[in-house]
Amino acid sequence: MERPAIAVRPEQFRHAAGGRQEKVFELKNVGVDYGGADAVKDISMDVRRNDVTALIGPSGCGKSTLLRCLNRMNDLIAAANVHGELLYHGEDLYGPSVDPVQVRKLIGMVFQKPNPFPKSIYDNVAFGPRVLGETDDLDATVEEALRSAALWEEVKDRLDDNAFGLSGGQQQRLCIARCIAVRPDTILMDEPCSALDPISTGKIEDLMIELKDEFSIVIVTHNMQQAARVSDRTAFLMVELDADEDNRWGRLVEYDDTEKIFTNPADQRTEDYVSGKVG
Amino acid sequence: METGGMPSERARLAAAGARATVAASLSNRPRRDVVLNTAFAGLLFLAVMIALAGLAAILVQAFIRGAPALSADLFTNMPSTLRPESAGFRPAILGSLELIAGVILFVVPVGIGSAIYLEEYADKSKWWNRVIEVNIQNLAAVPSIIYGILGLGFIVRGPLDVGFILIAGSLTLALLVLPVVIIAAREAIRAVPDSIRQGSLALGATRWQTIRRQVLPASVPGIATGVILAISRALGEAAPLLLVGATVFITYDPTPLERFSAMPVQIFQYATRPQEEFQTLAFAGVIVMLGVLLAMNSFAIWLRNRYERTW
Repeated sequence: MERPAIAVRPEQFRHAAGGRQEKVFELKNVGVDYGGADAVKDISMDVRRNDVTALIGPSGCGKSTLLRCLNRMNDLIAAANVHGELLYHGEDLYGPSVDPVQVRKLIGMVFQKPNPFPKSIYDNVAFGPRVLGETDDLDATVEEALRSAALWEEVKDRLDDNAFGLSGGQQQRLCIARCIAVRPDTILMDEPCSALDPISTGKIEDLMIELKDEFSIVIVTHNMQQAARVSDRTAFLMVELDADEDNRWGRLVEYDDTEKIFTNPADQRTEDYVSGKVG
Repeated sequence: METGGMPSERARLAAAGARATVAASLSNRPRRDVVLNTAFAGLLFLAVMIALAGLAAILVQAFIRGAPALSADLFTNMPSTLRPESAGFRPAILGSLELIAGVILFVVPVGIGSAIYLEEYADKSKWWNRVIEVNIQNLAAVPSIIYGILGLGFIVRGPLDVGFILIAGSLTLALLVLPVVIIAAREAIRAVPDSIRQGSLALGATRWQTIRRQVLPASVPGIATGVILAISRALGEAAPLLLVGATVFITYDPTPLERFSAMPVQIFQYATRPQEEFQTLAFAGVIVMLGVLLAMNSFAIWLRNRYERTW
């Protein structure tokens, strides 16, 4: 079934000329409020193709809220309003003809806590292709996705086992595999390692660096070392208060190459945060 | 570093003193607390015993008095007002089975559908959805005879006007247990964590695909448990059926479009006859019903334990 959709297919971009500088997302004064209370305000930034882009900042600065705008997961919260201009490959992501279901197919998401479905490992990965009706050669799709997520070798002999039997780190890689199986263009990761031990975290970080050849990745992280290790570009958000300190919202302080953010930031607040003086 | 005997001796005494104080305060529970605790535990135990004793009395009574009439004939013979020795429950058993089949056909789709709407689609900030919610809770507590009157007024006569037939009984019982099914199904659906829904939606699944392929399969055990318990209740109801056409002396196998009989109604009828033999027959019927109910409830419990999931 063909839906009215954003006129893009990921394949187009994979082979498009222009390479790394091409913009996946362009945010112009994007803000989100929940029933009138601002969560983030005035975010303007570009996310480039095949980069890992990190969103860092203290708790409550709206990193996750901002991330959830990018695949319209905020639509699921009735009170949430997104304003400003948010372009995805030049198309208005919140345009009237855009179907959020189609958006989420192109822009996958990995959550903070691994959330495998209560099904077999195979069915977890096959779920996306199945609901999208892409069941030709499903076995190959599942294997490819599990290989891409560096999980195939560990699970190939027990694909029919329940996914709940995997370790936390394996579950999270399964969730990444599940996301890859629908062949998205961009993968959003919301603190994907915060529930994992250091070894599992390392595996997922290696995976992100591998996957960026094929996908654009936006990651929210609390862990500054992680941002420094995996990302190409880093956005630092901070909590801002109004005059009488009743309302608080997140605002983008600085957005630049990761190396610059961590070694020579332009803004004093960024320097204080990345050097551990605040936050 | 040796600083002489005195300080270490003092330290030893201090430690011993402290230990004694701790020991004293640990063992010195006020006498009043001890008495109250024991008394309270005793009262609670008594409450359990009263409940169990009542139940046991009924069971023992039924078994002792019903046992002589227990035989295969009970299931195959037609009822009789004259010859208790050859009277049975055949139409009543068949009637109950057909009633329950009708209840399942009605209650499963409607109950699960309502639960899905209320949990997944209804906007809980709207007052009418809250009104619906409160009223479903209330409906679950409405006495069954009220449903009997409703069935008589709206199904047997009134708008549906189907007459005194088995289907009218099925629909009445279905309305009676529908709130129970809705409540159980809602709880089962609510127990599926949101992270599952979000994970599914984030893969480009539609809302309905998410419900159909993730939420419902994960909540089937809970829903099934609720349905079985609701059916157990429907199976044991006599009062509403008396109002919608359950008759006692039918000597044929009822079809859904005829007057019918049901186990509880038949038991009720036999039990009100003065002859000792009919009362024995009633108790035998009680044993049969208890057996069926016990089997169904055990299956519900097994189902719940077997598929219970901790997220």
